[in-house]
Amino acid sequence: MEHAHATAQALSLSLSVSYLRYIPLFPLLGVLFNIFLGHRLGRKAVNIVSPGMVFLSFLVSLHAFWNLPEGGRLVDTMWLWISSGTLHVDFALQVDQLSAMMILVVTGVGFLIHVYSTGYMAHDHDVARYFAYLNLFTASMLLLVLGENLLLLFVGWEGVGLCSYLLIGFWYTDDEKASAGKKAFIVNRVGDAGFLLGLFLLFWTLGESNVWTLSFSTIQQHIAAVPAEVATVICLLLFVGAAGKSAQIPLYVWLPDAMAGPTPVSALIHAATMVTAGIYMIARLNFLYALSPTALSVVATVGAATAFFAATIGLVQTDIKKVLAYSTVSQLGYMFLALGVGAYTAGVFHLMTHAFFKALLFLGAGSVIHGMSDEQDITKMGGLKSKMPVTFWTFFIACLAIAGVPGLSGFFSKDLILEEAYASPLGSPMLWLVGTIGAGMTAFYMFRLLFVTFFGENRASHEVQHHIHESPASMTVPLAILAVLSIVGGYFPLLHFLSPLFGEHHEPHVAPLIKYLPTVVGLGGIALAYVMYVLNPAIADNMARGLSAFHKLLFNKYYIDEIYDAVIVRPIVGMSNWLWKVWDAIVIDGTVNGAAHTMEANGSLLRLWQNGNVQNYALSFLIGAMAILGYYLW
Amino acid sequence: MAPISYHLILSGILFTIGVMGVLLRRNTIIIFMAIELMLNAVNLSFVALARHLGSMDGQLIVLFVMAVAAAEAAVGLAIILMVFRNKETINADELKLMRW
Repeated sequence: MEHAHATAQALSLSLSVSYLRYIPLFPLLGVLFNIFLGHRLGRKAVNIVSPGMVFLSFLVSLHAFWNLPEGGRLVDTMWLWISSGTLHVDFALQVDQLSAMMILVVTGVGFLIHVYSTGYMAHDHDVARYFAYLNLFTASMLLLVLGENLLLLFVGWEGVGLCSYLLIGFWYTDDEKASAGKKAFIVNRVGDAGFLLGLFLLFWTLGESNVWTLSFSTIQQHIAAVPAEVATVICLLLFVGAAGKSAQIPLYVWLPDAMAGPTPVSALIHAATMVTAGIYMIARLNFLYALSPTALSVVATVGAATAFFAATIGLVQTDIKKVLAYSTVSQLGYMFLALGVGAYTAGVFHLMTHAFFKALLFLGAGSVIHGMSDEQDITKMGGLKSKMPVTFWTFFIACLAIAGVPGLSGFFSKDLILEEAYASPLGSPMLWLVGTIGAGMTAFYMFRLLFVTFFGENRASHEVQHHIHESPASMTVPLAILAVLSIVGGYFPLLHFLSPLFGEHHEPHVAPLIKYLPTVVGLGGIALAYVMYVLNPAIADNMARGLSAFHKLLFNKYYIDEIYDAVIVRPIVGMSNWLWKVWDAIVIDGTVNGAAHTMEANGSLLRLWQNGNVQNYALSFLIGAMAILGYYLW
Repeated sequence: MAPISYHLILSGILFTIGVMGVLLRRNTIIIFMAIELMLNAVNLSFVALARHLGSMDGQLIVLFVMAVAAAEAAVGLAIILMVFRNKETINADELKLMRW
């Protein structure tokens, strides 16, 4: 009863407005501009309009944020979208506390990355196409987080998937990059199949009690009509979709390959925003997941396992973007861990801080790659500290933030997740332990990356060394802004802000050891990285040699790609080949062509009758006439 | 007056002769004449039966048949003439252009 009362109160606070539509509309206009006028008006116009449109969205989002009623939401119903029998779906956007945070992150970080892109893509000839995709992505992502019903969420969900594919394969002339795009798309299809099934099941389950709806608020009102067992199945199916989009075990394999795209894309789509769609979806449907502790424990376990395994792979990678990619997978695992123990606030908090520092890390990496003439291997870098000071200092701040050094944003959110993992009724010491070890590894591999890239002697060729330069202002200014956000992000009163959705946040009570150990482990990871890669680099080499089997296993990412290839890809390709060459070419074509050949053979026999001799025909007439006559007279 | 069967038997004999002529002779003119014979055999049975049944319908049809036969003779002879000009023959065996 209390729950129903609270829901009714929340609904009474929904305020009808008509400006939310402009938030996704502006980037959509940018898409049209870039497609139709981008090439004609040239690089300068594109560089102004594309980030400008996102900035306008950001301003509208800020306006919505300021006008958000305390504990309520804004709704913009544009038109009746689908009407079939008793089902009515509105094309409606909503801004509540969760959506408000998401749109500010998407448009805010998105704007900075658009600006950065104008510098990063300055030498690419196809800049209009790039920005068309990037604007389309922004519009889709905004639709995803603004949608008032599951159907609109799904439209945005598929839209961002499409843009991800287009942007990973942006340099499509390179076969490897085009394949990476396809891989991302296909792996996401697997997840989306689960997502759709979950959606159908939820729809039908509510329909059984005569509630035909897709709207979040109506679903929440009638959520009691969903039996617990069915809720478990729905939640698990939806989680398959989330695991695909947010790169969790076993569907994470596409994200490291997605690094084939331009680096700003990796920052925006494959770190800060799109990959958090799964987190957003589960947080949005928290009332559904609350019905199923089983599903939540699966989410928590998968999240913790992903956080741990991705971190171990990140320890030994040498491609700067690959390290960051595995770090992203690992951090997303932390967010799922938080959701799984029922700490939605903590998960969403980490989503936001991660968006800041991971976008910063990727943009910093992009700046390094830009300065190093497109070199991505960190073993060929080193000593960039003095040559790229802005990049170094911002990157350093991001590393501190992700490592959980006290005072920076990552410290607050990660600490909260680990405390909740221990103290929440759904949590367990095991989850906490795995998360804490993961935190130590995170700190280690991030500072390994930092030390190898920016410290010591430069190991590049003289040609490359000669060209090393700090990036232009269009790239360094976004870096600086994101660095500030990475520091102060932890101080936003987000926990209280989100309380209308997830309930008031209570600081979990845990023993000091549990509370402070993750931080100590993180600092220890940094110290270890310093010893191994700055003080005495020989240790790292010796360890790699001493544990060569283990090192090889990690370096090759547990051979997961090879295993998937052997277990899934090859059998499917083999079966498709058989279906093509045997079933289609021989059986199907054989039947069709065989029928035609039979007809032709019979026809060529019959046509011998047509010999052109009129008297023969007359004889046939006669015989026929006599036969008919005989039949009737008999 | 001779019984109706005599007329019908004569008509049948004439028709059979006509059919045989169409099927067995090779000269198109002869075939043409055999067709005329068949038409007139039918005419004979029409008038005989009309008389026998006391109805004018049969006699009326005969007039139509004669008119059609006259028109047919005109067209048919013209065709045969043109065929001869082109092919130098009117032998039905050799006119086998319309075949596979």
